[in-house]
Amino acid sequence: MPDEKGVWKGLDVDTARAVAAAIFGDADKVKFTPLTAQQRFTALQSGEIDLLTRNATRTLSRETQLGLNFVTVNYYDGQGFLISKDLGVKSATELDGATVCVLPGTTTEQNAADYFRNHKMAWNPVVIESTSELAKTFFAGRCDVLTSDASQLAGSRAVAPNPKGLHHPAGNHLQGASGPCRPAMVTNQFRDIVDFSVLAMIEAEELGITSANVDEMLKSTNPAIQRFLGVSAGNGAALGLDEKWAYNIIKQVGNYGEVFERNVGVNTKLGIERGLNALWTNGGLMYSPPFK
Amino acid sequence: MNLSAIDGEFILKTAAPDKRHDQSAPTVPFWRDPDKRALVFQFVALVIVFAIGYYLFANTQANLARQSIATGFDFLGKEASFEIAESLIDYSAADSYARALVVGALNTIKVAFFGIILTIIFGTLIGIAKLSKNWLIAKISALFIEVMQNIPVLLQLFFWYAIFYEAFPKPRQALNPISGVFLCNRGLIFAIPEAHPAYPAMGLAFLVVLVFGYFFNRWGYRRQARTGKALPALRITVALAIVIPLLVWIAYGAPTGMNVPELKGFNFRGGLTVSPEFSALLLGLVLYTSAFVAEIVRAGIQAIGKGQIEAAMSIGLRPGRILQLVVLPQALRVIIPPLTSQMLNLTKNSTLAVAIGYADFVAVTNTTINQTGQAIEGVAIIMVVYLFFSLSTSLFMNWYNNRTALVER
Repeated sequence: MPDEKGVWKGLDVDTARAVAAAIFGDADKVKFTPLTAQQRFTALQSGEIDLLTRNATRTLSRETQLGLNFVTVNYYDGQGFLISKDLGVKSATELDGATVCVLPGTTTEQNAADYFRNHKMAWNPVVIESTSELAKTFFAGRCDVLTSDASQLAGSRAVAPNPKGLHHPAGNHLQGASGPCRPAMVTNQFRDIVDFSVLAMIEAEELGITSANVDEMLKSTNPAIQRFLGVSAGNGAALGLDEKWAYNIIKQVGNYGEVFERNVGVNTKLGIERGLNALWTNGGLMYSPPFK
Repeated sequence: MNLSAIDGEFILKTAAPDKRHDQSAPTVPFWRDPDKRALVFQFVALVIVFAIGYYLFANTQANLARQSIATGFDFLGKEASFEIAESLIDYSAADSYARALVVGALNTIKVAFFGIILTIIFGTLIGIAKLSKNWLIAKISALFIEVMQNIPVLLQLFFWYAIFYEAFPKPRQALNPISGVFLCNRGLIFAIPEAHPAYPAMGLAFLVVLVFGYFFNRWGYRRQARTGKALPALRITVALAIVIPLLVWIAYGAPTGMNVPELKGFNFRGGLTVSPEFSALLLGLVLYTSAFVAEIVRAGIQAIGKGQIEAAMSIGLRPGRILQLVVLPQALRVIIPPLTSQMLNLTKNSTLAVAIGYADFVAVTNTTINQTGQAIEGVAIIMVVYLFFSLSTSLFMNWYNNRTALVER
């Protein structure tokens, strides 16, 4: 969301900025259009937006029926429940009869329905389109539980009037609900560019290239780094971009680790650990294929 | 016939007396014959409309195919796999999209039905109050009308919804004004009679009395016209409508079992719940629309000449009879057509439900569009369904309008 100066900030925003840096050489050449969860795919299908960077879970039916391409995951997430401590609920299996706030048209909505059906529990959904309105009704006690992607819940909790009074009950990560966020779009060339813009941030972190040292790294003798930064040409031409495309991304936006820590990491309000989103070399799931 | 045709006939007639041509019938080229010309124009217009329609359809089809977006209405039969908060029929996430859409449509009908009835009652009262000779009552209704008409209905909905969930306590601290009735931020929950065969039978008895009452009243009127003797048919019908279902109830052994709501875990179980979403939507729509209805009613009453009322008074009619026999029959003719459009507005405004989480038809269809990605089909369904709602409302109101219209004698 935009900060007090009206500048858009966030992990997803930086993803879009990286794509702009790769294509135009300028991370600021991007126009953001805020959409609700319900509008997002239609807006993408109709060409109102070129790229959707949001926590959109890749599913088989979305990939096959919406006419969209999902690309590399830039955030591994899971669905969670947020609930007031006063209610004394320790495990998600005790939620029989609960009223649950959920966004319409999301995989979370379907997962919650699956979960309660699977555990033969009754529940009552409160479905409101706007995220902030939904969070308000939850804080006021209209629902017992708020369910969403864990990263979203961290955001909602950060703005709660009483964050300490809220907690995630045990067993709260729903099976099969891990929700990769990701860009989706249309032409093959554009698809490759978006894909590799995200991967470039991951690759840079693995190669130890940051926005601070990228200029020094241009002099590196490591052939992988030379190829990556376009010192030895090839990658840019293959994508139909300037050879400096990856350099521009790292210089203007940063590598994946920098972007993560800046927007959602432990030192931010959201305070999220790297966890699944650490590099594969550190026990996470973030992996980039070779840039050759 | 239009003007050009008359012109054409005129030209034709002036041309005919010209005797220099020895033809038996004057031959006019078709482009100078306005009737034929009109036919050609209409045909060309039709072809253009069809061509544009076909172009749009084919273009959309081709674009969807190119983007490999699924098309068609097959999705209706698939499992919806999302839950809907309130439903008039049995529904679970395992049911099909088609059934989910029916649930949404019924929810829209529910809010429109209660909304229209309450709006007419409340709007009429306010409209009459604005004409009151009592200064305070007249000014309060004028203020109400101004405030309600000038605040966007969406803001009003947010306001009422916020009141419902912010001002009322949580279920565990629910207000309990009378035994069996609870008020909390989950809505109004009250006890209802336990299901028993006596109740459907009572409903049937009530309907039978209503049908009987209709014909009884008509018979009463005709009898009065014939003999001059008035019959209190309405009062007899009302009495029967109360007594007969009561007798049926006693005949079934007077069941008194109640389904009392109970706080169990998170929520109340049992009883009947009126949700805050439904209440906020109904309240917002009724207050907003009744401000417009009040003005229509006021205008209708003021359209009746003062002389008529004075004339009625001079022959000794009581104020109630003046309203019933002189003012209302004439005022209704002025009131009904604009009232119809307010009823349609209320139905269409009910789509704002999506903002406050009431599962109306548009909310359910939007979710369906989002899950299946079939926006064109979804929007087409929305259009057809609302067209159906609007046309049926307006058919009914037109029928009623014709009934009350002035009969020239």
